[in-house]
Amino acid sequence: MAQGVSNSNRPAKPPIWNDPVYRALFFQFLVLGGVIALGAYLISNTLDNLARQGIASGFGFLDTTAGFSILMSLIDYSEENTYGRAFFVGLFNTLLVAGIGIFFATIFGFLVGVARLSSNWLLAKMATVYIETLRNIPLLLQIFFWYFGVLRNLPAPRDSAMVMESFFLNNRGLYSPRPVFEDGFALISWAFVAAIVIIIFMAKWAHKRQEKTGQQFHTVYASIGIIIGLPSIAAVIAGFPMSWNYPELTGFNFTGGIVVIPELVSLALALSLYTATFIAEIVRSGIMAVSHGQTEASYALGIKPGVTLRKVVIPQALRVIIPPLTSQYLNLTKNSSLAAAIAYPDLVLVFGGIVLNQTGQAIEVLSITMAVYLTISLLISAFMNWYNNKMALVER
Amino acid sequence: MSDQKPTHKLGEHPDWAPPSITIGAVGWVRANMLSSPLNIFLTLLCGYLIYLSVPPVVQWAFLDADWFGTNRDDCSREGACWIYIGFWFKQIMYGRYPDTEVWRINFAYALLVVAAIPLFVPSFRWKGWLSVFLLIGYPIIAFYLFVGGSFGMEHVETPLWGGLFLTLVISVLGIVASLPIGIVLALGRRSDMPVVKAICIGFIEFWRGIPLITVLFMSSVMFPLFLPEGMHFDKLIRALIGVMLFSAAYMAEVVRGGLQAIPKGQTEAAEALGLSYWKTMNLVIMPQALKLVIPGIVNTFIGLFKDTTLVLIIGLFDLLGMIQLVGTNPDWLGFHIEGYVFAAFVFWCFCFSMSRYSQHLEKKLHTGH
Amino acid sequence: MRKSVKILSAIAAAAFVSSAANAGTLDDVKAKGFVQCGVSQGLPGFSNPDANGNWTGIDVDLCRAVAAATLGDASKVKYSPLSAKERFTALQSGEVDVLSRNTTWTATRDTALGLNFAGVNYFDGQGFMVRKSLGVKNALELGGASVCTNLGTTTELNVADYFRANKLEYKLVAFEKADEVVAAYDAGRCDVYTTDRSGLAAQRFKLGKPDDHMVLPEVISKEPLGPVVRHGDDQWFDIVKWTLYAMLESEEMGINMGNVDKMKGSDNPGIKRILGVEGDVGKNLGLQPNWAYNIVKQVGNYGESYDRNVGPDTPLMLARGVNNLWNNGGLMYPMPAR
Repeated sequence: MAQGVSNSNRPAKPPIWNDPVYRALFFQFLVLGGVIALGAYLISNTLDNLARQGIASGFGFLDTTAGFSILMSLIDYSEENTYGRAFFVGLFNTLLVAGIGIFFATIFGFLVGVARLSSNWLLAKMATVYIETLRNIPLLLQIFFWYFGVLRNLPAPRDSAMVMESFFLNNRGLYSPRPVFEDGFALISWAFVAAIVIIIFMAKWAHKRQEKTGQQFHTVYASIGIIIGLPSIAAVIAGFPMSWNYPELTGFNFTGGIVVIPELVSLALALSLYTATFIAEIVRSGIMAVSHGQTEASYALGIKPGVTLRKVVIPQALRVIIPPLTSQYLNLTKNSSLAAAIAYPDLVLVFGGIVLNQTGQAIEVLSITMAVYLTISLLISAFMNWYNNKMALVER
Repeated sequence: MSDQKPTHKLGEHPDWAPPSITIGAVGWVRANMLSSPLNIFLTLLCGYLIYLSVPPVVQWAFLDADWFGTNRDDCSREGACWIYIGFWFKQIMYGRYPDTEVWRINFAYALLVVAAIPLFVPSFRWKGWLSVFLLIGYPIIAFYLFVGGSFGMEHVETPLWGGLFLTLVISVLGIVASLPIGIVLALGRRSDMPVVKAICIGFIEFWRGIPLITVLFMSSVMFPLFLPEGMHFDKLIRALIGVMLFSAAYMAEVVRGGLQAIPKGQTEAAEALGLSYWKTMNLVIMPQALKLVIPGIVNTFIGLFKDTTLVLIIGLFDLLGMIQLVGTNPDWLGFHIEGYVFAAFVFWCFCFSMSRYSQHLEKKLHTGH
Repeated sequence: MRKSVKILSAIAAAAFVSSAANAGTLDDVKAKGFVQCGVSQGLPGFSNPDANGNWTGIDVDLCRAVAAATLGDASKVKYSPLSAKERFTALQSGEVDVLSRNTTWTATRDTALGLNFAGVNYFDGQGFMVRKSLGVKNALELGGASVCTNLGTTTELNVADYFRANKLEYKLVAFEKADEVVAAYDAGRCDVYTTDRSGLAAQRFKLGKPDDHMVLPEVISKEPLGPVVRHGDDQWFDIVKWTLYAMLESEEMGINMGNVDKMKGSDNPGIKRILGVEGDVGKNLGLQPNWAYNIVKQVGNYGESYDRNVGPDTPLMLARGVNNLWNNGGLMYPMPAR
């Protein structure tokens, strides 16, 4: 058939409405126009609604005095501060619970994932039961269970459970002593920083030496020694410039010390237990993805099992594990917004709840809230992409 | 062994039984639970954990529980009081749907089950048509049944909907409606047209980047202001729109995964045959891709099914919302745990069976290749 | 699949989208044949659904009275249960015609939110509830306490003001939903539960042992609760306002559900005016002359509504107090209907 079509009687250019290039252009204009029209329609409706009823709009409210107090804050905050500052209180609380959740979910998820592959039948089965139970129950239900179910069974402040007269547990939270830093504590901090710097250099030196001579150096033990030793020496020199502030029962509640509120505990607990089930499955499939030949080859080279795990299996498994792990971290961060159901003052509760209600400016407040989550999501995925690329490059 | 005289010639099989401790229950336990000091320790630890947790739970939930009775006084309070669940069962299942109209919901359930069974019969021929009916015809029938107001059925307002019924309505409708949108978005994301691609990526990443709870807040306090004066959507419909858009973004990513798994040769072959873009997609790519993504769709559904519990925060009484609501009844205070355990059990049954089904599908699909 | 989307949206449009012309709210209400009323998600005495979804309460009675005045039938009301967060958007967007949801009249709400308060149907004040076992006698002993309340309400701001003014430390635990506040207080998360005193009386029955708790004597704020309408529709604003006044006025004149038919024949010109036998108050509102008659006949006067829902004979056991008529030492003062 091809021979029949010579260059001379090539078909004429198709009419413009059949030319794929123009069709694509036209279609894109159509879609773009449609999206813009829809956006314009919604925005004009909104502006119309706001103007017609004289509803306040704009972001001026961020500078207004808030007038409400917040249960827990990582930065200084009082009723005299502005809505803008309340926003940051909420944001930091969100980051805190997400950070704690990610930390414990990762550790626990790795443990359970490995346990599920264990040769110990009982351990593997227990890990399976744990995963299959918790991952199939809604997270919100688990949060309620930990908060309303467990909180009810904690003692009142006057009957607190206590350890060594300094740690107290009751239905207002977990209280522990708080270190109070006195003059001269800066020396210890600097010693700590110096220790870290020394360890970094030492690790580099040890690595180089091993590459050159094959001699190993016990970096781990040396590091532990340095990181404990240097600040201790500094503490002795400065004369232990630190004391403890113990929690004390005064009136209704404990004052002083550090308090971890039950809302934070139940939210972080539920988030990490729930997310750990997903991480465990990811870890399991990551480890299973590394072919057994790799381990056997490593043993054949005389490499010890521990080193095999660290240097051969895990680096390869991580490459499989990291992408889905990223999305679990994202999910956990987004799920931390369920704080709104119990009274943990996260971004959604403080800003999307209290501030929204007090100002009535739903559109502005929710836009800011969504923008924050979007930014966090994009940042985490950007970081993980970078890390992923780095891991992938090691391959060759 | 070494000093034993060989009783068999070389090349003949000794017919000795294996050592008794390596076979049977004992051997199994030794191999699987006690093979090394670490394993012995782990076994003991696990055994201790089971001893700590299982007997009290069994004691509470079964042995000491009260199963029969009609009111609060029948509860001994030594263990769980399942009478509580029985007493409020209708509310937990159907919300405040009028008693006389509950048959409509049950009828819809029955219709769904009857219509869906042939899909699992391999030799059934008209699966395509049945799927079309389930995706388009059934929702319309169910809609008329639930809402009423026509065919002589009483109109039931959506604030009366609740319980497991509402959970199912939101999750099923959310997934059914998000499928077509998700397919369009996935195709758009893989399109060569930069504008279409950018819009689809923007849409997908936006909805995937924000938590569902802000979507629901948006549907309850922002959507009404987006609409022109005098036009209002029912609160349930607004929540459904939010859920739909949210799950469409996740669905788009699932479908995209399926599209990526189809070799490029398929598209090229279809184009070589002169098929247009839509024909290529409809006749060649989609049938293959959608088959691949069914497990992914089921997993998305499981996620959505669990996430529907969030609607209680905006004041819709789904299964969990109803459990909480009946828990505040002055005559039945103090049964929170029973309520939560029951809700967890119901959710678990649904999610676990669906995840098993999705795993089964995955295995089936794998052997096909 | 496009077809299915179209069909579905058409169905949805038919059943769920109530579209109305740009006419006034009264015309809308008459056209659709019912009043859409925003109420709480369940506050006994004010607006509370029973197991079958029938609503009762003093706020619900106001909705019914508006329906009786405008449509002549108090049962022509549809209720939208709204959370504290949704209530103003629902009213602003026109989803509800009137918001009768124990909402405090404040300057911000009256101005910046585009709302109009049509009067006060319950004068309330914020109070504190504590466990009797704490041995607290008044609110000034609450220094260092944990306080549970609803987030985003005036309550939350008042409690901050009160503790600051008295230089007391406190921890505020704020929940999204009232039921969660009660559950957390009952579980011992807080020493104090604070909300409007009527709310304390109502929510107390959701506690495990109501008798173990007591309400402290202090009233720390003014909480005038009343019905709300949108800016920009003066006629509807007047109707809701005068519906409330009619309920008060009829109580003042001794007209109630039982005697309203007899009262129609009364010689008292005031009674004649309010019941529409004389004068044209109804006509000026755009309503039937017997608008107030319908209210009293079908819903009752304010006193009846009060006694039925929150009064001393109900579980809430709230004495009439400041909610009495002005001539009985209260604050309820209906404007003259002439």
